[in-house]
Amino acid sequence: MINFRTAEELLELCSEHSTTISDIMKRRECDLTEKTEEEITARMMKSLQIMKDSVRDAIDVPQKSMGGLIGGESKKLHDHYHAGKSIAGDLVSHAIAYSMGVLEVNASMGLIVAAPTAGSSGVIPGVILALQKEYDLKDEELVDALFNASAIGYLAMNNATVAGAVGGCQAEIGVAAAMAASAAVELMGGTPKQCTEAASTVLMNMLGLVCDPVGGLVEYPCQNRNASGAANAIIAAEMSLAGISQLIPLDEMMDIMYTVGRKLPPELRETALGGCATAPSACARCKILHN
Amino acid sequence: MANISAFEVLGPNMIGPSSSHTAGACSVAFLAQKMIKHPITEVKFTLYGSFAHTYAGHGTDRALLGGIQGFDTDDKRIRDSFKIADENGLKYTFVPDDTVEDIYPNTVDIEMKNAEGKTVTVRGESIGGGKVKIVKINGVDVEFTGEYSALIVTQQDVRGVVAHITAVLSHLGVNIAFMRLFREDKGQIAYTIVETDGRLPASVVEFILDNPNVKDAMIVQ
Repeated sequence: MINFRTAEELLELCSEHSTTISDIMKRRECDLTEKTEEEITARMMKSLQIMKDSVRDAIDVPQKSMGGLIGGESKKLHDHYHAGKSIAGDLVSHAIAYSMGVLEVNASMGLIVAAPTAGSSGVIPGVILALQKEYDLKDEELVDALFNASAIGYLAMNNATVAGAVGGCQAEIGVAAAMAASAAVELMGGTPKQCTEAASTVLMNMLGLVCDPVGGLVEYPCQNRNASGAANAIIAAEMSLAGISQLIPLDEMMDIMYTVGRKLPPELRETALGGCATAPSACARCKILHN
Repeated sequence: MANISAFEVLGPNMIGPSSSHTAGACSVAFLAQKMIKHPITEVKFTLYGSFAHTYAGHGTDRALLGGIQGFDTDDKRIRDSFKIADENGLKYTFVPDDTVEDIYPNTVDIEMKNAEGKTVTVRGESIGGGKVKIVKINGVDVEFTGEYSALIVTQQDVRGVVAHITAVLSHLGVNIAFMRLFREDKGQIAYTIVETDGRLPASVVEFILDNPNVKDAMIVQ
């Protein structure tokens, strides 16, 4: 079967078959699961639909989160944009609104696609759906982009980690943003190498980010950081598409991210014992909510 | 790890907010409800470790109650599982217990009672990324994940029962992936858990029950 364990092997396969990362990932998926391409693309289309629904619901029907720390942010960004006041430009303002929206849906017990985790589920839909709106992309192209993203996520799961408890936020939202950056590059016509370089750039730019959820809940600062991850993905994709090459290839950057993650003290790995989680103002808010 | 599917990277499709505290909790309860004859009339959840501390903020309680009512991890009814349970007359209680320390952080005991007055207690662990393990049935240590089709046989611990089970499976053309026997004391109640590659035909239960030393047989798939 077609398979790869590193980004280098993935790029070799792309070159050998003169094809895209998404195509290699689809062939691998068909081999691995003994399903047809129609079956796996139909399943991914369903995932895309869940992403679209969650983005729409957050704007149409804002919800307070279970822990009460967030709710309504996506709608605020949406209204701000439609009042003509956005300073971030169309693409970025949509991407951050969508990514925060998905996190709101997640935190209020709505349906999401973990991408790669629930806490980082906003980044990829945020980026690809903003690109679709901006550039009139077809759903089929977005499905391919999701297979491209899953190739990068698979490499992270195989060679590093996507668990905040193991590697901090850089492993969750950092990897989600690396996946989104690679997907964005392929969507906008970049080469497979440009995809992995964009992913590498994101991991570099988000290196060391800690996981410090207030109250131990997947709400704050997680939601802000999904927006930040989406913006980071767009920055890295733009750099890569402009022909800026990186000194550090993706495989090395994955190792670096993993090594740094394991060196983070446990207090900064999802335990809610350090970072933002111990900020007096945030703790005070949690106490109010618990009473 | 080289066999990770694209849908394990982008997935599971789940009701938030947490794969371990919400989706995993739902899966444990979903498996548990398959181990007792319906309708279930009462259920008590005892929450340990991290479940005991943060269950409300993660919707762990709604996910557990949803799972007991047969909702899968991507079922939007999970958010309203309390209301749906009330409408259906299902009684439920949640008991956070943070006094037990020597236990996996995300553990729950689920004590179910059905209309016939029978009770079954199941302990499950949510082990990350939505994956779960059932580790006790009625106080006996067991282990299975629900990733395979499973046959759970409750039996008297005497010779010949396991041979009976394998003979039935062989007769029905079922290939066994894993098979384990769990018991507490010699000669008392034992559990055989058989995990299989394909789906188990419903007729398995009838054949397995046709032995005086078999007390119960259930399919979980």
